[in-house]
Amino acid sequence: MSTETVEVEKVAAKSEPLFSKKNRKLVSNPLDSDNPITVQVLGVCSALAVTIKLEPTIVMCIAVWVVMAFSSTAISLLRNTIPNRIRIIVQLAVVASMVAIVDQVLQAYAYDVSKQLSVFVGLIITNCIVMGRLEAFALGNKPWPSFMDATGNAFGYAAILIIVAFFRELLGSGSVFNFKVFEAVGINYVGNGVMTNTAGACIILGLLIWAQRARNGYYEEE
Amino acid sequence: MKFLRKTLDNLKPTFSKGGKLSFLHSTFDGIETFLFVPNRTTQKGSHIRDGIDLKRTMFTVVIALLPALLFGMWNIGYQYYNAIGQTDTHLQYFFYGLIQSLPIIIVSYGVGLGIEFAFCQIKGHPINEGFLVSGLLIPMCLPPDIPLIYVAVATAFAVIVGKEVFGGTGMNVLNPALTARVFLYFAYPGAMSGDEVWVAAKPENWTDGYSGATNLAEIYKASTGGEAFTPGVFKASAWESFMGFIPGSIGETSALMCLIGAVILIISGIGSWKIMLSTFAGGFLMGQILNMVGGNAYFDMPAYYHLIIGGFAFGAVFMATDPVSAAQTESGKWIYGLLIGILTVLIRVFNPAYPEGIMMAILLMNVFAPLIDNYVIEANIKRRLKRVTV
Repeated sequence: MSTETVEVEKVAAKSEPLFSKKNRKLVSNPLDSDNPITVQVLGVCSALAVTIKLEPTIVMCIAVWVVMAFSSTAISLLRNTIPNRIRIIVQLAVVASMVAIVDQVLQAYAYDVSKQLSVFVGLIITNCIVMGRLEAFALGNKPWPSFMDATGNAFGYAAILIIVAFFRELLGSGSVFNFKVFEAVGINYVGNGVMTNTAGACIILGLLIWAQRARNGYYEEE
Repeated sequence: MKFLRKTLDNLKPTFSKGGKLSFLHSTFDGIETFLFVPNRTTQKGSHIRDGIDLKRTMFTVVIALLPALLFGMWNIGYQYYNAIGQTDTHLQYFFYGLIQSLPIIIVSYGVGLGIEFAFCQIKGHPINEGFLVSGLLIPMCLPPDIPLIYVAVATAFAVIVGKEVFGGTGMNVLNPALTARVFLYFAYPGAMSGDEVWVAAKPENWTDGYSGATNLAEIYKASTGGEAFTPGVFKASAWESFMGFIPGSIGETSALMCLIGAVILIISGIGSWKIMLSTFAGGFLMGQILNMVGGNAYFDMPAYYHLIIGGFAFGAVFMATDPVSAAQTESGKWIYGLLIGILTVLIRVFNPAYPEGIMMAILLMNVFAPLIDNYVIEANIKRRLKRVTV
């Protein structure tokens, strides 16, 4: 079976521009109307766990993006050679090695943040968004669109996490990027304990979903 | 009265469809039906109109709350003068408590009604009286010297996240007043727990040797300190605890006043006597079981103490019976109440770091109430299907 050669010919025949409308949609859709957290409700666990402060949240978002982008591209490149019956384990192996690399890099160059994130870097493996995009997109599409799709979903994830972390840090600790905003303005702010708690993230996430549905419209699926 | 009616009639066209202020229609409608009985009648179909509408239901609960509220006001003053080592007339006690608690009540009503009116306006719903009771329950379950800004934040949270996101009055999963309290409890534990918040006087003005500890705090101290239980563990006697001459939240100290409220609720048919009775029974039962197990002072405390210390009576009478968040089926109410009582005592004894177990227990059972109803209904269907002979 020489499917690879057939595939290459197809690419040459189509020669879609890199940032065609379809490819741009792959990035822009997950930011709002197809957001992995607020619409698909995936990856909520880490959205609740790492969002106490902005700094670790952003590092976490970058880590997720790197893992998603590289594993999606890799799986897409391998997609015609992976036997269907063992595809999950192959995906897992790719994701796990990516996570291991990211974890090692974080430990080497950003030790403090890596300590704050503790187990949650390792848990990127179990993040439903990563596996979900591999299963739903990378296995059936070419590398470049797969990369774009992974990037879009990682950015959609990051957008929600950063909004949640901003409010949690502001209301819970009275600071933004560890800068005490309220003290600088001269207000004696008492931190809100609910916001430093995981429950606060759940509430903010719920309010975000409410706001998004109010804007985009939402109909209960039968 | 006539003057009021005339003014309203004059104003009506302005707020009706096509009028200048027609976007404020809900607000006008709410005020009009608040002041006068609406003169609209049902035109089509067969309806049974009951005199006891939402408005009257809510007002009956407010009336039932009044004994506890008035006593609570007196008690704030009594505790205050007690703490600073002075005595005064009963009228002065009451007056002090009134001054202390009135701002909290005003803030709670102001913020809550403001948000509720705004939501009704946006959604185009008629304004209803759902907040009348919650607005009074929130101040009554808070400590007397709670900062007003916290009251405002908690009320806003309870009305928006506890109620409006689910669709407003009658749709809430959790009891709104307890949602406000649990929010404050976790958001600002410094203002909601400890020995210093339950008396309106600042600790630096206390007389020597005075302690603002509540009964729950005292028994907690005794049980962690490894003391055996004696009635001397409590500063107040059982009788004083029952009557409510103890520091605590504004409305909950007196079990007697809660019982008077319970009688009003039961006679008027508003509150479910099944829930109240089963909650007390559950608490007493669990207390008895723990007595038999034994261990520390908390285990050995006579079971009836559980019913008179802390907010047990207040929660059982006014919070657990909330018709929206409680179980709806008749046998479900027994299970619901019983589990609240049992859980309250369990939380108190096994996790005394959360002193007020009744709050947690009611909120937890609020979540489980639909499940209980579901199984009660299914069991009923199964039982009746057996009789079917086809």
